Amino acid sequence: MENLISRYRNVTILVVVLFAQVLGLAMQVRRSTQDESTRLIRVWAVDAVTPLEKSIVWFQSGVSGLWHNYFYLRGVRQENRDLKLQIERLRIEQVRLNEDAEQARRLQALLGFKEQFISKTLAAQVIGSSGSEQSRSIYIDKGTHDGIRPDMAVITAEGVVGKVLRAFKTTSQVLLINDQTSGVGSILEKSRLQGVLRGTPVGEVVLEKVMSDETVQPGEKVVTSGGDQIFPKGLPVGTVTKVSPGPELFLNIRVKPAADLSRLEEVLVITQQEEKQPSLADGAAPIRAADILAQRLPSVPDRPPDDPNKPPPPTSGLKILPAPTTQAPSGSTGSPKPSGANASSPSPGPSRIGPSRLGQSSSGQSMQGQLGPGQTSNTSVIPKPHADSAGSASTPGSVSSATTQTGNPPAVKPSTAPKPAAPAVKIPDVTNAAPDSQSQPVSPKPDAPSKQPATEPAPPQEQPQ
Amino acid sequence: MPITYTSNEQVEVYRFSLPAAILIPLIAVFLQAFIPWRFHFFSIFDLPLLVVIFFAVARRSPVAGLLTGAAIGLLQDSLTGHPLGLYGIAKTVVGYGASSLGVKLDVENAGSRFLVVLFFYVVHEIVYFTIARGLVGLTLQWSWPREMGSALANALLAVALFALLDRFKQRT
Repeated sequence: MENLISRYRNVTILVVVLFAQVLGLAMQVRRSTQDESTRLIRVWAVDAVTPLEKSIVWFQSGVSGLWHNYFYLRGVRQENRDLKLQIERLRIEQVRLNEDAEQARRLQALLGFKEQFISKTLAAQVIGSSGSEQSRSIYIDKGTHDGIRPDMAVITAEGVVGKVLRAFKTTSQVLLINDQTSGVGSILEKSRLQGVLRGTPVGEVVLEKVMSDETVQPGEKVVTSGGDQIFPKGLPVGTVTKVSPGPELFLNIRVKPAADLSRLEEVLVITQQEEKQPSLADGAAPIRAADILAQRLPSVPDRPPDDPNKPPPPTSGLKILPAPTTQAPSGSTGSPKPSGANASSPSPGPSRIGPSRLGQSSSGQSMQGQLGPGQTSNTSVIPKPHADSAGSASTPGSVSSATTQTGNPPAVKPSTAPKPAAPAVKIPDVTNAAPDSQSQPVSPKPDAPSKQPATEPAPPQEQPQ
Repeated sequence: MPITYTSNEQVEVYRFSLPAAILIPLIAVFLQAFIPWRFHFFSIFDLPLLVVIFFAVARRSPVAGLLTGAAIGLLQDSLTGHPLGLYGIAKTVVGYGASSLGVKLDVENAGSRFLVVLFFYVVHEIVYFTIARGLVGLTLQWSWPREMGSALANALLAVALFALLDRFKQRT
């Protein structure tokens, strides 16, 4: 036997080495992913490779920054003018979207939904990849020392990127959504069909588990459903590009990722999420844009106060009641009061100036590639409803950056389904109002205190210019 | 120059300095992880595999070849999200095969290097796919045109790369 082994020494060693590796592989496959700890060899390999990658990326960024920020400034003035125009357009759009968001929050509060907040994000730079076509993952320059843990969501301004697979001390491995071992709970934005987003062996992304009798149109947006407990609900994932009959009873829906997964440079890691129920009191503090306009427009004079010694209530800081109340007393023949059913109607929702409830990034690193001039990297995402509802859940998140006009951090905002543009000043729902008040613009007048539980008129925080 | 059948006494066995033996595989793995992120087309190349073949045919020792293949393969596995051993097993087989072939064949010229890399690239892919599908359960799609294209590209790169790496050879 000994002679046989020595005679076939090379083959014996080959068999032993192969057997050891197959055994190790089988044990890894058998072991649950939850219990898997990071192998020492992975730590060594990452520690050996990533410092060089970090150095090269740092040097490259420095040279590129020097060139682009100090030498190559052709066309910057024109671009600056264009961006200013764009900011103006976005400001107008922001007012409208804030109004829609506030309406959604109000409805969520009425229905007792819990909102999912992204309270902390961390900007990280991509420093390398796995180098294998079969394993689609990237490495970022932040690790456990920066608060990153496995299974944290990774996003960009465009959409979902993936999740943290392994976190090392100063680096982390991120599994991209187009890897075949990844899975993201997703939902189609319009049809509200839920499925699981998976990668394919060739790096494409498909939405699985959608029944073949459903109708899905190419071009429809796909957002996260929040069901995987990793990605907050409503983040944009991609767009449906092709729909075909798939295996068994399911459709084969091909999705183009919203984020360009092959050209990632900076990403955001969602390091903290929190859930809480939206509070109506929170939404009442900022002044409505419609209120500002209403103050400038002629309106029916206020109803004289019952108590002559009592100071008249402010004309702004209108709050919305959490539930419909009774009709205003018979003496309310003046302008319509946005209380009760009127208040809960969609039209006169208080719109906020500035993202007052947005989370803040814990890093503050610059995201030159993602953010525009004047923006910082502090990012957050507008909260999304946790439960699925046709109305309120239609505030899915398109991650975008916002300017810091009000001193608040810029927001990573959820995108919504295309909605008709709302007027700057809305005509209130007048079903309970006096007929002569229909032509009046919004003239926010708080109800009598007895009519408004927890709706003390709040003083305006922003004065009209 | 055609591939010549030689005896063990006629072929030369090379060795490498310790820094070269450590740094060359490390640099190959590093480049494999770094470059495809910037230039996506580079992902068709497998630099660690080329280094395994180069060391195996230069040393002409099956044990050294398979151990080098196992080490580089496991290092490459460590950077992927998949279980350790997929590349390790494939490169172990390639290291053993290339070094065994190197004992019998003269693989010092460009033509033979091209053919050896072309052959062992396909072997590597077959072993990898077999293990990945059979043991790990990954869903991989085999495409002969794609694999042959990648094999040709790797073989062409190998001819240039091996000429560069020849500078690190030391005669025993």
